[in-house]
Amino acid sequence: MRLTFDVNGVGQQADDVWPGESLLYVLRERMGLPGTKNACEQGECGSCSVYLDGTLVCACLVAAPQAQGRAVRTVEGLATDSAGGLDHIQQAFVETGAVQCGFCTPGLIMATDDLLANTPTPSDAEIREALAGNLCRCTGYEKILDAVRLAASRRTEVTP
Amino acid sequence: MSVPTTQRPTGTETATGRLGDITLLPDGIPKVTGDFAYSSDLWMDDMLWGVTLRSPHPRARVRSIDIGAALATAGVTAVLTHEDVPGSKYYGLEIADQPVLAVDEVRYTGEPVAIVAADHPETARRAAAKIVVDYEVLDPITDSRAAMSPDSPLVHATPTQDHYPGGGNILRHVRIRRGDPTLTADVVVTGEYDVGMQDQAFLGPESGLAVPAEDGGVDLFIATQWLHVDQRQVAESLGLPEDKVRLSLAGVGGAFGAREDVSMQIHACLLALRTNKPIKMVYSREESFYGHVHRHPATMRYEHGANRDGTLVYVKCEVVLDGGAYASSSPAVVSNAASFAVGPYNCDNVLIDGYILYTNNPPCGAMRGFGAVQVCFGHESQMDKLAAALGIDPVELRIHNAMAEGSLMPTGQVVEGAAPVAELLRRVKDAPLPAAAPTDSYDLRALPGGVSNTTHGEGVRRGVGYAVGFKNVGYSEGFDDFSTARVRLEVVGGELVATVHTAAAEVGQGLITVMAQIARTELGVEQVINQPADTSIGTAGSTSASRQTYCTGGAVQAACEAVRDGILAMASARGLSVEGAALRDGKIVAADGAAVASVADLLGEEIVEETREFHHRPTEPLTRDLGAPGDIGQGAAHLQFAFAAHRVVADVDVELGLVRLVEVTTAQDVGKALNPLSVVGQIQGGTTQGIGLALMEEIQVKDGKIRNPSFTDYLIPTILDTPPMQVQVLELGDPHAPYGLRGVGEPPTISSTPAVVSALRAATGRPLTRVPVRPEHITGT
Repeated sequence: MRLTFDVNGVGQQADDVWPGESLLYVLRERMGLPGTKNACEQGECGSCSVYLDGTLVCACLVAAPQAQGRAVRTVEGLATDSAGGLDHIQQAFVETGAVQCGFCTPGLIMATDDLLANTPTPSDAEIREALAGNLCRCTGYEKILDAVRLAASRRTEVTP
Repeated sequence: MSVPTTQRPTGTETATGRLGDITLLPDGIPKVTGDFAYSSDLWMDDMLWGVTLRSPHPRARVRSIDIGAALATAGVTAVLTHEDVPGSKYYGLEIADQPVLAVDEVRYTGEPVAIVAADHPETARRAAAKIVVDYEVLDPITDSRAAMSPDSPLVHATPTQDHYPGGGNILRHVRIRRGDPTLTADVVVTGEYDVGMQDQAFLGPESGLAVPAEDGGVDLFIATQWLHVDQRQVAESLGLPEDKVRLSLAGVGGAFGAREDVSMQIHACLLALRTNKPIKMVYSREESFYGHVHRHPATMRYEHGANRDGTLVYVKCEVVLDGGAYASSSPAVVSNAASFAVGPYNCDNVLIDGYILYTNNPPCGAMRGFGAVQVCFGHESQMDKLAAALGIDPVELRIHNAMAEGSLMPTGQVVEGAAPVAELLRRVKDAPLPAAAPTDSYDLRALPGGVSNTTHGEGVRRGVGYAVGFKNVGYSEGFDDFSTARVRLEVVGGELVATVHTAAAEVGQGLITVMAQIARTELGVEQVINQPADTSIGTAGSTSASRQTYCTGGAVQAACEAVRDGILAMASARGLSVEGAALRDGKIVAADGAAVASVADLLGEEIVEETREFHHRPTEPLTRDLGAPGDIGQGAAHLQFAFAAHRVVADVDVELGLVRLVEVTTAQDVGKALNPLSVVGQIQGGTTQGIGLALMEEIQVKDGKIRNPSFTDYLIPTILDTPPMQVQVLELGDPHAPYGLRGVGEPPTISSTPAVVSALRAATGRPLTRVPVRPEHITGT
């Protein structure tokens, strides 16, 4: 089948898509956007989190045809508005040491973006609840909490 | 609740740090933008996909394999079996006992039987399903203690016995005897303890890209822990000289021991050479559970004898580890389990037997903690039990028996350098305790069961538990463990630039950050480039055993010193006085602090490049003469010991068996924190893997089959399961080690498991002799 959809603000088309493919496969193998990660491919780890029409989803659980005519935003499209190359969440993850192997990081950054859009100054309990669907095997999450707190504080400074 | 760590970045952090500075990871930026190329992200225009057909049986003879229908599938380019392996049909880290593709028998469920290349992964999977394998199914050998019996059927018809003494299915028996274990004691406690099979559960699946080369060789881009040990095994099975099998490190999505063994490396190269096309292989999560070794499940029997004052008189221990179908690193794991079976305590009379068995269960091998994890649950459970029998505070009992500098290991090895067991225990004990749960209100999110709304506080008891553990850093028992580094200093575009090249695997731990810190510190240069790791340079050894910063750090230091000597020699040849000079801030600085010359001016167009190996101090094999009288299993087998202690505070719903950890406190001696940011990250992450083993992580194997090969059914801690952590870092310095450092990665994983269980015992009063602890163990139902 032919798939036509919007990825990070740009119209895209993929041909010869096998309808059993996931949105994750299409992004990674057909769109050249491997930043969205493939850790479990059954919706348990959150590493493939992307926005689909503004809603955070696991791209591995979205069948490619379900993306037809819709808008997808991936980690590669997160920092397009900022001059420095990183948005404030990405910057916070680097600064706090929240990145080790980094495989969970794009998904966690997308989930954090979604959290802070809805809850600009989350409590620790709210951060834990919001990120409970994102597995990290390296960090023990402590520095991820640091990163989200830092990103929230900066976001608050910028947009009071 | 937020508990700050002691090493939180303070705003002075920098991406250009020197040793000891909080230094940001240079690969952090591509990792947050999605640009970092992991092994599963690689792609070439004309590449094909490789998939693996695996055995559905734990033990079966292979009568025949019919690949006809698979090969006839549109889009399929190659289907290979063992007949297509041109070189060695067997491989292995220590013993080549594992078939590249099953030859005449399969020995575990999930063993690779055939491989397929096709133009789409789904085409390859469907073709693989068309391969007809005629199996004669046999009764699997799945009970490790029964497998020890001389009457047991054999997993391997001719098991390896020359390399390590054993018998039948015993792959290795490590026997340690020191002193007189026939003594009697005032108080004796015995216990039997079990540890389940844990998975490393790295997030980045086994994957890579093999590209055929014009010279008949192959280039493999791969996520691994040790490029050169992969290179050797791939070359042997391809029947190619090693220089025709070139490996480059692709981005590694975590390792934790699971990338020590070869997974898809040989398969991808076989398909690439057969099809003359690049081959990409990426395991699914389910396949990953079959595609790598796991932490050995253990059954342990302990007997501790002590005087009334708590002094240990003797310790007897038998530990049986299930090695599964193939050897992997099992011989070294059982040696560690035996070495550390008593824990970091003084005891002059020990009797230890460590056994590791072949069975038809999934192969087990390296995982963070490497044999020390299992026995730490045993010896720490025993110390709690002994404390209760004596009526002594469990921390005081540990401190009373604590190993210190100069203590003897069960192997007779003298513990050199700092062994701050007592101090680590005091630190976690003296750390402030979290506030008690409020009695007049509740927040579901702070209770066991969370927002499932299973309790409002009734039936919830708080427990506090402690544990301490240790293990070796580096490869042991006489292994020549070393790393190689090349460092180049030159002027590029008017700026002084150092380039560091090693084959060492960065797996997320922060090694390349430390390598750059070393170069900046030793050479007084700001700009450091880490050249990608590959096999065009000598081996770095494995990113394992908490050894990589020690060994590769030592090699980078040595190469930097050689480069510095070269610079100073150039300066001296030009008549400059460089006696006692160092390189700092781009200048040669004399002993009195005066700048002698600019290094960039001195170098001009010239390049100074040096390659050095760093070999750690030799270690000794354990004495193995099973028939000899007197002490055996003796020898200075280990390079360095690393220690950590934990305190865990847990709230337990004793009616429903649910647990919520309130806080974990870790104290660890790291010798010298080269990058405090990464050191704390390692401690927090390692601690969390130990929490997982205590509370939830177990590969459930029944009749030789894995029942839960997914993240739906194999649970690892989420951010909700992981409590706030306090970390206390000691820097006591090891005079024998580069910069005084002590390996960091593994110790936090070792003692966190028994500390969690100790807290649960304190809350419930139940013995809890098995990990992971299940709700029914807590409720006793």
